[in-house]
Amino acid sequence: MIRDTTIGAKLWITAVWAVTIFFVLNVLAIIATVIVSSLGTRWLGTWLPNAFTLNWYASAWQEFQLGPVLLVTFQIAFTVVALSGLLGVTAAYAMARRDFPGKKLVMFLFLLPLLVPPITFGIPLATVLYQFNVGGTFWGVVLANLVPTVPFVILVMIPFIEQIDPKVEAAARVFGAGTFKLFVHVLMPMLIPGILASLLLVLVRTVAMFELTFLTAGPTSQTLVVSLYYAVFASGVRAVQSIDAMAVIYMVSTLVWLLVALRFVNPTQIVARGNQSSSAH
Amino acid sequence: MQLASMPFNEIRLDRMSRSFGALNALRDISLSIRKGEFIALLGPSGCGKSTALNCIAGLLSTTGGGIYIDDKRIDQFKPEDRGFGMVFQNYALFPHMSVRKNIGFGLKMRSRPKAEIDTKVDEALALVRLQGQAEKLPGQLSGGQQQRVAIARAIVIEPPLVLMDEPLSNLDAKLRLEMRAEIRRIHNQMKATTIYVTHDQDEALSLADRIVVLRDGAIRQVGTPHELYERPAHLDVAEFMGFRNRFTGKVVSRQGERATVSAGSFSVSGTVAEDLQPGASAVLAVRPDDVTLSGDTPGGVSVTVEAIEYRGREYVGIARTPDGVEIIFHADNAAAPGSTVSLSIDPARALVFSA
Amino acid sequence: MTSSTLQEGTSLRQKLALRGIDGVTLLVLPSVLFVLAIFIYPFIYGLLLSFAPIREGGMFANYITFFSDPYLYNTIAATLRLAVPVTLLSVAAAVPVAMRVRLVRRQRLLTTLLVLPITLGTVLVAQGMLNYLGPQGWFSRSLMLLHVISSPLKLTNNYWGVFLSLIITVFPFTFLLTLSYVTGIDPGLEKAAATHGASAWQRFRHVMLPLLVPGLAIAFCLTFVQAFAVFPSAVLLGAPSGPTRVISIAAAQAAFEQYDFTMASAIAMIMGVVQLCIVLIVLVVRNLFYRGATSGGKG
Repeated sequence: MIRDTTIGAKLWITAVWAVTIFFVLNVLAIIATVIVSSLGTRWLGTWLPNAFTLNWYASAWQEFQLGPVLLVTFQIAFTVVALSGLLGVTAAYAMARRDFPGKKLVMFLFLLPLLVPPITFGIPLATVLYQFNVGGTFWGVVLANLVPTVPFVILVMIPFIEQIDPKVEAAARVFGAGTFKLFVHVLMPMLIPGILASLLLVLVRTVAMFELTFLTAGPTSQTLVVSLYYAVFASGVRAVQSIDAMAVIYMVSTLVWLLVALRFVNPTQIVARGNQSSSAH
Repeated sequence: MQLASMPFNEIRLDRMSRSFGALNALRDISLSIRKGEFIALLGPSGCGKSTALNCIAGLLSTTGGGIYIDDKRIDQFKPEDRGFGMVFQNYALFPHMSVRKNIGFGLKMRSRPKAEIDTKVDEALALVRLQGQAEKLPGQLSGGQQQRVAIARAIVIEPPLVLMDEPLSNLDAKLRLEMRAEIRRIHNQMKATTIYVTHDQDEALSLADRIVVLRDGAIRQVGTPHELYERPAHLDVAEFMGFRNRFTGKVVSRQGERATVSAGSFSVSGTVAEDLQPGASAVLAVRPDDVTLSGDTPGGVSVTVEAIEYRGREYVGIARTPDGVEIIFHADNAAAPGSTVSLSIDPARALVFSA
Repeated sequence: MTSSTLQEGTSLRQKLALRGIDGVTLLVLPSVLFVLAIFIYPFIYGLLLSFAPIREGGMFANYITFFSDPYLYNTIAATLRLAVPVTLLSVAAAVPVAMRVRLVRRQRLLTTLLVLPITLGTVLVAQGMLNYLGPQGWFSRSLMLLHVISSPLKLTNNYWGVFLSLIITVFPFTFLLTLSYVTGIDPGLEKAAATHGASAWQRFRHVMLPLLVPGLAIAFCLTFVQAFAVFPSAVLLGAPSGPTRVISIAAAQAAFEQYDFTMASAIAMIMGVVQLCIVLIVLVVRNLFYRGATSGGKG
């Protein structure tokens, strides 16, 4: 790198870092507020709560029926993960390995759901789902969540598949592997890191996906983030600490998967990989 | 079904063709390969030799003709059902499998018992002299070692046919010579029927029982290394066999096998490779080692030396005739650049082709 | 020819295979059908539905209503007032920060921290900010401790609450995107410029910036499209019936409070069109700028 030693340059560098650190501190403080509040007995007009307790977690668990909500959340999330993995990886394989007429158009088709924000396509989608009587059901929420995740898996997997030498596949075929054996013995083991990373990110995205779930969920198919929204929306009704306890549970349920995913991918790739021209939340 | 280790007498390509849209990458390739024979497919890049290999392996479908093992037609078979072995240019080893697993892959796909796989893999490891490396991953091996694994992987299934796609082209010059000798040794030991694709005539000449020269998707000549080296049937085959000097002109006289070609200011005699009568346009081609400094012997071609290089045992020079034709020649002693000398061409070793 | 029947039997398959269509290609079909059925079809359905209003007044009634009712059409301006400054600020801040961060060897901690708000999403950030930015929250307390302000700032339930929450969730996104573009530029180019006597600013202006423009335009578009779709934080942190009544609130209300899905679809379509317009403007401007920057050395 090139060193700049003028005073102006040093001031500028300091200012840039100051802004960055200020931003990060605020992000951390926002998260810390939620955690501290969920653990405090009473917190009014002081730096920290008067005393600490874990009672809010028990009451939040009761009040918001977090048991069933978490169950539904993960049922939905894992169904979405399984289906988007199945649809996405197979499509990505075709996209990576074949040049066919209209491939650009198909690629554009896969990019669109990532480019258009969920709330924009969510409303017409919810309308159609209700029309077919799947709106408000488990499968309605799953279908809606698949709209951005299938293309996401495709876009993440294409480069992973492209970097596998087609000659290795040719070798497997010549030495007697049919399509199924080729997949089980050669492709899957080589693609595991990519598949794992993309599916973990799908899991994170689905647990955190508010808009689509909000628009398509019924009372029995709400995920945690939607319940959290309703709780904050009606925040006068319940104790803030209780809502915060729920928020912490939500946080944990997302961040666990994120931390695992970050073992396989660089944070920049979460945004940029599926995102040379698409968006990730 | 598996074809591996089934007894057979010959593999036959019958007018095998492959086109990509309007482009005919392979045209009517017909060839019979005897069991145990080592065939080299030789040609410049783009001549269709890799296409031919991929068609035989089943990685590309043919668009015409047939491939037979004795009388069994196999060109509609999927690659995994042909039971061939193949060595790829960049080895194409499975990066996530150990050397042992790589070599045993074909046997595993054939659902052989574990004990049999182990014994056969051990034999193959010994054959390619990699006993100590069995548990390593391909990424931990050198290029030469990876190529040995690739060869072992192809041989271990005892296939009716081993296909090799420029297996030495990724290696450096020294290793290439070493591996060439290895391939010859393994072939002598195993006698596996082999089709070996290369663009290097030295490789083809030193390894093959028969060489098939391909050009523009068609066979130009088939023959033993000796036949091809001494008697290329076409000018392009001759170019490939090192006939670097070419003189274009007309046949002025012919006596039996001997023809004299007049190329501007000078005439040279050579042996006819194609049927040429006086008056026909012709090209006389000759290797640089068959062009020598003639001193004052009459009948030489008078040229001006442009450059001369010392090559250890002898000198190689570039000279030009008065009308601008370049000649590369060999000499025992240095000729000064700029000097005029006389070159003689051995008529028995110069070939005359139709232009 | 003995083999002709066999050949002809497979000729269609071979022809297709030559064009790249075979069994493997067909693997793309389930996903294509899925996107067509669950994304494209609803979009078209919504578009048609928006022209089939349940109210009186012909097929354009929904659009006429939207553009004649200030309570509705003002949502476009309200959303733009949030989305445009947030986008500009994010992109403007992301470039210098990314330029510095790319020189740091251990970026991973920072990038991981920045992925957090993206991952947690707007609902959690909104809940955290209600506490943090509230009158008794740490933010105002810290500023008062430092004597920057004398009484707590009002930063929730108004424009600024939504603005700040958008910055928190959108800036990391823009930054990580920009970082991936910035690190994609060969560092040798900057060194080359430096050896030819370019100062830091000149290097940025004449070497980095022209190379970054295409990427920044994409980053701008994606950031804007996200910011324009702001929804939960506008409700939770803003004044959803006042200055932060954004267009998605209007759409959600039409759908789930008035149960007028035709109107909701119309609003969603309008939302999409506004997003498209801004994206097109950015891309057109980018093309003008980029050609100008590469065509001549005059700069």
